Amino acid sequence: MAEAEVAEKVRMLDIYIMEKHYQVPEGLTIQTALEYCGYRLIRGCGCRGGSCGACATVYNFTHDPTLRYGLACQTAVELDMCVVQIPCFPTAKPIYDIKKLRPTVDQVLGIYPDLATCFGCNNCTQSCPQDIEVMDFMSAALRGDFPAVTAESFECVMCGMCAARCPQGLSPYNIAMLIRRLHGRYLLPKSKHLEEKVKEIEEGKYDAEYEKLRSTPMEELRHIYDERWIEPK
Amino acid sequence: MPYPPYMEESIRKLEASRQRRMKEEIPLISSDERDIIVRKYHPDYRETGKRKLLLGPNKDETMPEELANQLEGNSRVDPDKVDLSKIGYDVDVLIIGSGGAGLSAALLAQENGAKVLIATKLRLGDSNTIGAEGGTQAADRPNDSPVLHYLDTMGGGHFENVPELVWAMARDAPMAIKWLEDLGVNWDKETDGSMRELELAGECRRRVHSCKDYTGLEVMRVLRDEVRCRDNIDYIEFEPAIELIMDDEGQVAGAILVNLETNELSLVRAKAVIVATGGLGRLHTQGFPTTNHYGATADGLAMAYRVGCSLIYGDSIQYHPTGAVYPLQFVGILITENVRALGGQIINIDGEQVACNLEPRDILASFEIRECTERHKGITTPAGNVGVWEDIPLIDMIHGEGTIARRLPSLVHKFSRFNIDLIHEPVLVYPTLHYQNGGVRMDANSATEVPGLWVPGEVGGGVHGRNRLGGNATLDIYVFGRRAGREATRYAKEVKLGKLTLNHVRQWQKELEWLGIVKERPFSPMLLPNYARQPSDYLADLYTEKLQSGLVKLA
Repeated sequence: MAEAEVAEKVRMLDIYIMEKHYQVPEGLTIQTALEYCGYRLIRGCGCRGGSCGACATVYNFTHDPTLRYGLACQTAVELDMCVVQIPCFPTAKPIYDIKKLRPTVDQVLGIYPDLATCFGCNNCTQSCPQDIEVMDFMSAALRGDFPAVTAESFECVMCGMCAARCPQGLSPYNIAMLIRRLHGRYLLPKSKHLEEKVKEIEEGKYDAEYEKLRSTPMEELRHIYDERWIEPK
Repeated sequence: MPYPPYMEESIRKLEASRQRRMKEEIPLISSDERDIIVRKYHPDYRETGKRKLLLGPNKDETMPEELANQLEGNSRVDPDKVDLSKIGYDVDVLIIGSGGAGLSAALLAQENGAKVLIATKLRLGDSNTIGAEGGTQAADRPNDSPVLHYLDTMGGGHFENVPELVWAMARDAPMAIKWLEDLGVNWDKETDGSMRELELAGECRRRVHSCKDYTGLEVMRVLRDEVRCRDNIDYIEFEPAIELIMDDEGQVAGAILVNLETNELSLVRAKAVIVATGGLGRLHTQGFPTTNHYGATADGLAMAYRVGCSLIYGDSIQYHPTGAVYPLQFVGILITENVRALGGQIINIDGEQVACNLEPRDILASFEIRECTERHKGITTPAGNVGVWEDIPLIDMIHGEGTIARRLPSLVHKFSRFNIDLIHEPVLVYPTLHYQNGGVRMDANSATEVPGLWVPGEVGGGVHGRNRLGGNATLDIYVFGRRAGREATRYAKEVKLGKLTLNHVRQWQKELEWLGIVKERPFSPMLLPNYARQPSDYLADLYTEKLQSGLVKLA
């Protein structure tokens, strides 16, 4: 264990932040490496756990210019890595009223007419730090297969990298957003037991039972709690 | 970074006991036994790292030192240098923070006719909500009721919860789920539309609604999209509030915002202010790592305290029992409680269960701390962190192959980036700072003791007592966010604002001076933690060198 500890402490990696050279210990993420180098982050840092998409980063290597894409909080730094964060990218965000739409391709094309100009270059898929098959869901969108769009885009953190790389100026992550909402609202079957429970509560069905518990002495309440029936798994 | 060989040895023991453990049932301990183990091992009961507050509404109460420093902090503004006649924004309802509570409040306020401004420290929607994986409680199945939800929540909170708040939350829960369904959230459902619900620790029915293990992300995406689609809701990003503005009638009447990139101040006059700034994980109380997002620095608590709001259970912090310990990059991040709900057990170095995997969070965290300290049965990583195993592969043995991949895609994906295959290997866990159980005292509509100020979500306190159940945090934010948005708008239509003032700030600084602690306290709110390796020495360090963060005074 001691050796591993020492090894972790001593091995330093050369990296390049916006083309400026730094040395950082191995084992950091791009995000913690930035902080190690003295950056106090404002943009480009959010949940620090891979869920929010604030820290989209483009990187390559001194020996390999191929661009790669990752979330800074989820990507380990490697030797000779060159990193640039893209914390924001301009896209148009159309306004719509979800309650007045129908879940059809025509409606989606009405809001995002340029969707039809996608020519399948696959840049979007290659730029996704979440490894989503972006181009696949774009063609599913054009086919009107909204369940497929929802399933394939479900891990989208809306970092905007796909839009940044689209030669047609499309915004795949915004298009998927609209379609997921149409799917959730119109295509998933409604939950009947939920609707029934809402009605019962609004009619005050449980109010008396609550009032009774509310006035139950603490010792008795603890007893009721310990003895309550727990549904088997 | 796969596990080193000596850790693999312990994994072999865990695998050897798996068949036996599948049938092994450890009973839940009683509510009396809970009190004993929590008092002995839970960090809330440690003497160290705490102190008494010297001023403000909770004077003489003991708080974690890091929070006490924020509550007793120096204002970032000098009232004599701020021209209160230069109003930048004049609105009905100002919302500070844009997580689940803030955006729910914004939508309801707008629907009720208010002109709304959202001021947020990071991007719109960046919050703890977006990282919430587990799900949202709501008693909507036929064999369940809000009364059972109420009972579970009271018991989980050691019966110290404010009953009216718990009832408000349990009662409104199904309505909140329905509201989100109508906005287009893709809840996990069966083909007939019935909800696929999980039972988390401390719950007597299956009532946790999820969207795979991306629940918070899915809801946040929808709320954010809806806010962007509405007229009459404006939002400003990277512009947190640093002080509330009052009027001469003692009502909250706006806030001072700061542009984080240019340090320019803006004044907002608002008839009602909703502070929805969330919790305090980034204060790292008791030295714990945290699951929280970058901006969780107790800003709202500090600002509300300064206008005279008291805190309830401000000293009660939730340490989630399953924070990652290995690899180093993941220290502190959350392993969703759904893993335990699906059957994942907590295992020591010898392959033995530590406690029933369905104990509430504070109880299991206490058991883990006992296992790793007093009993020395934890596993130490090469970096020197200690933890116990959470046996994830067991889930596929219980529910069938493919369950882990289908139900926990986010988790599997994250660890695969570091060559750890959670379908076949366990994950090392230890308690991590997850949630502030207490907060600003409020009523069932999230109104504080000070007129004009509402505190829905994690910043408000009392709902969860001294321990929150899984699935009640995201519920809390939708329920109280909606209530606050509605109520604040009703109030805004009636209130008459007086003359704006910062006298409360003058008074506050006078008290700090009188106590002789001005130089010992940081500026607050903290706004962002400072993880940069070098101190930011190019900023004006006005007081002491001891201060590690929030060094700069803004006006």
